[in-house]
Amino acid sequence: MGYLGKLFFMAMTAVFINNYVLSRFLGLCPYLGVSKKLDSAFGMGMAVIFVMTMASAFTYLIHTYLLIPYGLQYLQTIAFILTIAALVQFVEMVIQKNAPSLYKALGVYLPLITTNCAVLGVAILNTKATWPDGSAYNFLDAVLNGFLSGIGFTLVLLLMAGIRERLEYADLPRSMKGMPIGLILAGIMALAFYGFMGFKI
Amino acid sequence: MTFMQELTKGLVKENPIFVIVLGICPTLAVTTSVNNAIGMGLAATFVLICSNTIISLIKNITPPKIRIPVYIVVIASFVSIVDMAMAAYVPALHKSLGIFIPLIVVNCIILGRAEAFASKNNTLTSIADGIGMGLGFTLSLVIVATIRELLGSGTWLGIKIMPVTYDPMLVAILAPGAFITLGFLMAGMQMLKNRRGK
Repeated sequence: MGYLGKLFFMAMTAVFINNYVLSRFLGLCPYLGVSKKLDSAFGMGMAVIFVMTMASAFTYLIHTYLLIPYGLQYLQTIAFILTIAALVQFVEMVIQKNAPSLYKALGVYLPLITTNCAVLGVAILNTKATWPDGSAYNFLDAVLNGFLSGIGFTLVLLLMAGIRERLEYADLPRSMKGMPIGLILAGIMALAFYGFMGFKI
Repeated sequence: MTFMQELTKGLVKENPIFVIVLGICPTLAVTTSVNNAIGMGLAATFVLICSNTIISLIKNITPPKIRIPVYIVVIASFVSIVDMAMAAYVPALHKSLGIFIPLIVVNCIILGRAEAFASKNNTLTSIADGIGMGLGFTLSLVIVATIRELLGSGTWLGIKIMPVTYDPMLVAILAPGAFITLGFLMAGMQMLKNRRGK
């Protein structure tokens, strides 16, 4: 398998087969919380793609060049969450200074991303993930995996927001409104995504 | 509020999953079996009690501006302790919970209670709040897991419950089953609340 083939495999896995939201259950809070309107879902999605890519890069470097050489793997959780928190804060400041219009669009979502488990999830999974032939991810693989997983997250977030905007006009039983119907919708979407696995029910 | 009230409010009235709706990710991910649900619930309860205790003790010396990073470090330390202890004593459970043990750090319930309760109340009530919320979380996980395990594999805590002729609904222990089960449970909770409100 050439590198492009591997890349295609990774993209398919991250976006469709092992989608972070629908099959790994990561990042559900923003998925259910910020999917009421299409444009806010888009803003959140972009912010998550950006932070996931950056976080994959930084945590990979910290894991490989700091934690492993000094035998500090047990500090992984603390090191990663601090890196992500600092990164989010830093990204927020940079965007605020250099791209005020982007900051206005993403502003409210950036602080929320620190506690988005998809970001910490991708950082931890990158250290454990392997290719089908058993070799571990290198730096570029980890960054690309972060980016593609972010795309997968954004894709389902946008799909969900599109459906929920129309649901506003649906005549639902009172008890079903809000979170319950959101979860059932997510379940049906997850069923649809299982189709990508060639799964038989 | 008395100690007992703080202790019991997390179970039903302010149940973290069904009423406050925090910490959905582990609720869906680890409830494929009752065994996993209990393990996850107790791990989160331990972290919650410890972090509530420490945060309420240091609330007066924490600068308000950097309180969130401080809370995260406290929580992450306890999560690492749980992670290592579980890897040592219950390796099978540790393996089946996998990535969701380190992810207790970003479980909104724990940071949420630190911010909303422990940073404003004294240590004793914070401990009570931690125990109550933790057990409420565990209870909700067990409820979801019971339904999924019964439908999906016909067992409860590994014991065969359903009749031999029952054909397990595999979908219940897969991802879609998790979403749909929790969706219907929440609709049920809302229906009860609406009826009581009338």
